[in-house]
Amino acid sequence: MIARLRAFGAFCYDFVVGDDWRLALAVVIALGVTVAVAHTGVPAWWVLPAAVVVVLPVSLLVAVRRK
Amino acid sequence: MTGGALFVAVFLACVVEAVEALTVVLAVGTTRSWRSTWLGIGAALVTLAVIVAILGPALTVIPLDALRLVVGGLLLIFGLQWLRKAILRASGHKATHDEEAIFHAQRVAAEAAADASRGVITDWYAFVVAFKGVLLEGLEVAFIVLTFGANQHDVPLAALAALAALVAVALVAIAGFAIRGPLARVPENTLKFVVGIMLTAFGTFWGAEGAGASWPGADAALLVLVPAIAAIAVGLVLLLRGSQFAQRRPAEATR
Repeated sequence: MIARLRAFGAFCYDFVVGDDWRLALAVVIALGVTVAVAHTGVPAWWVLPAAVVVVLPVSLLVAVRRK
Repeated sequence: MTGGALFVAVFLACVVEAVEALTVVLAVGTTRSWRSTWLGIGAALVTLAVIVAILGPALTVIPLDALRLVVGGLLLIFGLQWLRKAILRASGHKATHDEEAIFHAQRVAAEAAADASRGVITDWYAFVVAFKGVLLEGLEVAFIVLTFGANQHDVPLAALAALAALVAVALVAIAGFAIRGPLARVPENTLKFVVGIMLTAFGTFWGAEGAGASWPGADAALLVLVPAIAAIAVGLVLLLRGSQFAQRRPAEATR
């Protein structure tokens, strides 16, 4: 039973997080920052695009250097 | 614009996933037992139908902002993962997805696998491989169709997207069974690049809206987001092609 739960957990992790956990973590943090900035009344639409511009090249660089 | 872009994104994602599932099914079906393969496909489709029947109505009762926050975040993660792989492939840092090579690798594995039967399943290996292949590829399609439709709160569009998905899957299946081989000529890597851009753009848009942000120009912001993300992706491909890390494209097939 525990082995099946572990396998299901591993499947969920692979399905959602995928090859690079940094991308998933960056998205979660960026969404949190967006919520926080939006609550202050300051425009917050730029946070996610900025996160994409930073995290995608970083993830690619890590992948290329690891080879 | 939003409806048309959603339709294209869902349709292309469905074609890509259907081609990948077809390769697995054809390899195991032509090598092992078609009966057990069909049972595996049927079991996977029933499982997918149950998941959609439970998740579909559940998604529509979630408040729109919460739904967009969660779904936007998940779509953005999916999109970035698709885009990352597509950029690595386009720049020569990862082997391109080769259906012919995967088909032959699956056939070799199927021929080497031991025979075993369980209950009415005469070939357990064929059943499990077909079941997993269809379920895993289908799950991603189901997720994209469901979340795009629910996010739009547009039943006709969701139905149209679902219909497009079914037509895409049927066309791929008919073509595959007609030639009894993988659809190697489908430009899968290019399709994945486009889908990655669309998922990233819509994930960014909905995620920000769900988190409480307002886009300048409302939906028209997507007209800037999609080409901007495409330009960044193409720029990264060009940058990596010319980088000191660039090397010859590996020959082996990868997912």
